[in-house]
Amino acid sequence: MAVYLDHAATSPMPEAVLAAYTDALRLVGNPASIHAAGQAARELLETGREQVARSLGVDPVEVVLTGGGTESVNLAVKGLFWARNAHARRPRLIAPLGEHHATMDAVEWLARHEGAVVDWIELDPLGRIRVDALAAALATGGDEVAFVTALWANNEVGTIQPVAEIVELAHRYGVPVHLDAIAAYGQVPVDVHAVGADAVSVSAHKLGGPVGIGALVLGRTAVVEPLLHGGDQQRARSGTQDAAGAVAFGVAASLAVGGLPLDRVAALRDRLVAGVLSSVEGAALRGDPDAAGRLPGNAHFTFAGADGDALLYLLDASGIAVSTGSACQAGVPELSHVLLAMGVPEREARGALRITLGHDTTDADVDAFLEALPAAVERARAAAS
Amino acid sequence: MSGGVDSAVAAARAVEAGHEVVGVHLALSRNPGTLRTGSRGCCTIEDSMDARRAAAKLGIPFYVWDFSERFRDDVIDDFIAEYAAGRTPNPCMRCNERIKFAALLEKALTLGFDAVVTGHYAEVRQGEQGPELHRAAAWAKDQSYVLGVLTTEQLEHAWFPLGATPSKAEVRAEAEARGLSVAAKPDSYDICFIPDGDTRGWLADKMGAEEGVILDREGNRLGTHPGAAAYTVGQRKGLNIGYPSPDGRPRFVLEVRPKTNEVIVGPKEALAVSELAGTRFSWAGAAHPDATSGFVCEVQVRAHADPVPAFARVADGELRIRVDAPLDGVAPGQTAVVYVGTRVVGQTTIDRTVSAVPASV
Repeated sequence: MAVYLDHAATSPMPEAVLAAYTDALRLVGNPASIHAAGQAARELLETGREQVARSLGVDPVEVVLTGGGTESVNLAVKGLFWARNAHARRPRLIAPLGEHHATMDAVEWLARHEGAVVDWIELDPLGRIRVDALAAALATGGDEVAFVTALWANNEVGTIQPVAEIVELAHRYGVPVHLDAIAAYGQVPVDVHAVGADAVSVSAHKLGGPVGIGALVLGRTAVVEPLLHGGDQQRARSGTQDAAGAVAFGVAASLAVGGLPLDRVAALRDRLVAGVLSSVEGAALRGDPDAAGRLPGNAHFTFAGADGDALLYLLDASGIAVSTGSACQAGVPELSHVLLAMGVPEREARGALRITLGHDTTDADVDAFLEALPAAVERARAAAS
Repeated sequence: MSGGVDSAVAAARAVEAGHEVVGVHLALSRNPGTLRTGSRGCCTIEDSMDARRAAAKLGIPFYVWDFSERFRDDVIDDFIAEYAAGRTPNPCMRCNERIKFAALLEKALTLGFDAVVTGHYAEVRQGEQGPELHRAAAWAKDQSYVLGVLTTEQLEHAWFPLGATPSKAEVRAEAEARGLSVAAKPDSYDICFIPDGDTRGWLADKMGAEEGVILDREGNRLGTHPGAAAYTVGQRKGLNIGYPSPDGRPRFVLEVRPKTNEVIVGPKEALAVSELAGTRFSWAGAAHPDATSGFVCEVQVRAHADPVPAFARVADGELRIRVDAPLDGVAPGQTAVVYVGTRVVGQTTIDRTVSAVPASV
């Protein structure tokens, strides 16, 4: 019996989403075409966009559909930088340490190729941005800051960031804010207008939609320079729009956000955390131990003296799918830059395991994990010594 | 599973033999190139993808295990240190000794596996005194030389399913028949961590190079070189000596002295050695019963050299190998592998050689 506890990597599609997706895939029609088939496709596309907009508390015109989370983040980060530098010199940008690689790599690309100067903001031991350091960077940067970008919630350790405070602070200096809500979306309310963010990135497949579609929410006054040119089908993005993907995204978003708060998932997660801490010596919960500061589906531990990749293999061999949480290149796990930014010692960071629960997680899944883990940790520690 | 055809077929045979098989690709570099450079792949993203596809075709789980730190410490740094000491190392042997049948094997055993299976062309047979390592049936592909460092404990947990295969063509045909996409993938050559094959340039980059002098055996200065460490005993090309030798015959590198940054050259016959010896020796399986009194054997000094008749014995903590006829192309740092028939008896890293033709002074 396979136990899937890696919902933060991708979350299975509920039947209703799958049905809406496959039904829509049968229809012919480019939403940009004038004829009836095109109009039918357009209708599907816009219905999906409206549902996505509603799930984020914004108007449909603010939703730019993209090819996924990474594209959304790149469009926001590069697009904001270029747009903000079109009529003024604003080389500085501010980002916390521990961002997802989509942000880090885009930001570093800007530094290498476009002369961007990056102020990296430190994290506290729970993985939360140091707001005092952000305030200092904004005060120092002054008129030269192009934008602030930050995670809504961390994708590895699940720590929810003080997003309203970040936006309020940046806006005091007239600096726009992009928030990467890919991990938070479907886990906690992502109410873009309430928070006041200028741009917000989300992805469909993390909440039960298909892979290959995401959105960048762009406030009415926000301007980004496009990455893709060729047809102007949407504000800031060219390319034929994916009607079936939008339909599935809309259904998935409605279901996921309609199901908030995730009290059932949070209770399962709490039981899992308590079980791990009581059954495995030297297990340390990473991220915020307070439920209010953490994504409900996220549990993240380090097991000092064990290698995360050995743990992953042993659990996989027992039919349990989890993650080390950090990025891979060619399948090679790297030490988590998030844990290192939180000040976790290297020896402990090597033994990281992220367990993420979702809408289909059951009590039996948690039991199976808790049963397999102690022996796996023991064996992985022996293999590493 | 390197991503090549040999390890893919070896895995297929292990699966077919009824074992529970897991495919493991070793990540040996922290910064793999984005794609293969030329045909010399290994450690690239494309190779790990090829290995993953092969594992999927065989229906076995597949993981990438990161040994890049161990590989850097035990293979790459050792390679540089050996060259810096004037020796000519074989990094593939070090990798077998310290990574594939050490770090990987240890990890595999603690995780509950019984053996490491690779696509090497060699055979492990059960002898009366434990496992024995033998040459492959396909003489042209035989890789027993680079496995000569393995000990009893390592051989007990090693299996080379390609050892009895008569030819590489047969392995490719089998891969084709099994629908493995790597069937026609070119062989890898050279050293995997020097993808462009320019060992001398790579070494100069890592070690830095300073101009030094080229001397003959009598100490006469013949010219200069851009850095001694990149020279190899037996090398003829790249000496750039401005004027001919007194007898007009070509000169070869006889010795490299990194400490004084000197390269010693001389005539070809001065390369010939009558004996080679080393303290870093091991037995592949049980020690030879006549180790102290000595035994008749064959010795091979490079992966693709022919074995030559010899007599080996252990004395004063050294494995000493006397060759029946003077032997060229022997440099300190190389590995001498000792065979009796098809069986690999043991090996030593060569520390010193005795010239068959002493200098005239």
